[in-house]
Amino acid sequence: MTSSMGIVIDIGYIAASILFILGIKMLSKPGTARQGNLVSALGMFIAIVITLLSGGMSFTWIIVGLIVGSIIGTITANTVPMTAMPEMVALFNGFGGIASLLVGWAEYNARPESPLFTLIAIFFAVLIGGVAFSGSMIAYAKLAEKMPGKPILFKGQQIFNALLLIAIVVCGIMYAISPAGPSSYYVFIAIAVLSLILGIMAVIPIGGADMPVVISLLNSYSGLAACAAGFIILNNVLIVSGALVGASGIILTNIMCKAMNRSLGNVLFSGFGSSEGGGAGPVGVQGEAHPISAEDAYYVLEAAGSVVFVPGYGMAVAQAQHAVRELGEILENNGAEVRYAIHPVAGRMPGHMNVLLAEANVPYEQLAEMDDINPIINTIDVCIVIGANDVVNPAAREIESSPIYGMPIINVDYAKTVMVLKRSLRPGFAGVDNPLFFKENTRMLFGDAKATLQGLIAEFKES
Amino acid sequence: MSIGLLVFVFVLSIFLGIELISKVPSQLHTPLMSGSNAISGITIVGALIATGRGADTVGIVLGTLAVVFATINVVGGYLVTNRMLAMFKKKEGGQK
Repeated sequence: MTSSMGIVIDIGYIAASILFILGIKMLSKPGTARQGNLVSALGMFIAIVITLLSGGMSFTWIIVGLIVGSIIGTITANTVPMTAMPEMVALFNGFGGIASLLVGWAEYNARPESPLFTLIAIFFAVLIGGVAFSGSMIAYAKLAEKMPGKPILFKGQQIFNALLLIAIVVCGIMYAISPAGPSSYYVFIAIAVLSLILGIMAVIPIGGADMPVVISLLNSYSGLAACAAGFIILNNVLIVSGALVGASGIILTNIMCKAMNRSLGNVLFSGFGSSEGGGAGPVGVQGEAHPISAEDAYYVLEAAGSVVFVPGYGMAVAQAQHAVRELGEILENNGAEVRYAIHPVAGRMPGHMNVLLAEANVPYEQLAEMDDINPIINTIDVCIVIGANDVVNPAAREIESSPIYGMPIINVDYAKTVMVLKRSLRPGFAGVDNPLFFKENTRMLFGDAKATLQGLIAEFKES
Repeated sequence: MSIGLLVFVFVLSIFLGIELISKVPSQLHTPLMSGSNAISGITIVGALIATGRGADTVGIVLGTLAVVFATINVVGGYLVTNRMLAMFKKKEGGQK
């Protein structure tokens, strides 16, 4: 490699880093988000081209890998339905993690006797990459309902996990002391396998409703794994961009935890929502629910001057977002002011409800965050709760013994009338009874959310 | 490049990232996550180097697999993010 070529490569990597920084900054502002994504994609393109130009490479397998990966990536990205977005993000995230693990492994395979610093970087690339991969796969399986979303707990789980961690550390030390000994390769493989098991163990005790936190955290891990890969090949662009992703994942994780008024440790280790964890339901929230027919609901909505929809995971399950938008438009044409209030942890990933409502063409101006809607909620005529439960549960405000006490909620019960679209009176994911269903101003519309909405739409059309 | 310098870059980048995106409207949580997820596919650079330097069969298999996974992460991540953000945009345009 000539020195002028070296300068070109350095400049290319600097340009890529700058584009990533600009891209991620633009991605966090509504007006520039789409360009931001393109800017960061351009940065990625430059980084790849520059790497390929660095010379002395045999391209056969690189080309095979790039083509196969591009085809799979393009097809999945273009065919995945918006309702499946959480599991898609988890899947892609896992792939990033396993790639970093493989980079670490390939490096160890090529040069087992590296300097200690490189060995440590390889160790972390394998550990973090492995956890990000298997953790994301479990998250994917839970989100895609290929395995139960409930927390999986067993006796001695904490002890097992502690032993697992100790085993990883011991293997790590053995590997660092003698990276090229006769049995070292086995020790290395053991680290990889134990890391994969650790990722599985870390995610199985976490329930579906806590997934927004887990996905954000795994996102952060895959960034840090890329960072570790950067330390292996001594490349700044990996370190800068990996760190940016790590930071953004941590910020999202923090936002999600705050929205649930729980610490990260509590989310990760408590098995929240399991029969043991959340079963200590509050007493005295029994009462009589007031069911209502679609026709009666129509009369209430027909007279309403302001309506707020509060969607939750149930809307995603019932694929009801288009029906919600249609009813919203009808109500608007009827003279009502319509808004959509979105709780930060509604759904299974950060911003889940926003994506679905955007898909259904709900105008951005009608979306309101929890803190915008709560101060004016007592002026609202009707709140329609669609498949949301814990995020509107007044127990979080009223019942100190409740497991979700202290979690910020959308105070729908302060509205003049609340309509709850729900299959049954079953408690939500957290296993906590919801006093909302028994309030004087609450009307229950039982049944599948989409069918109920279509029934309401039909009532409006007939009149 | 000295190791100290790399660590320096790492620490500064973490702080930069936190400063850059401390306030994100909830509407953008998903695109930010999936967009930054695509960036974490930068590990593809490591995968390309590992594959291209020519190694034994194990090394080539590991490297090629790494390239495949990282490429899925990069290509899929950017495309899916773009698809989502296009929905946001279309809707805003449609309102006016």
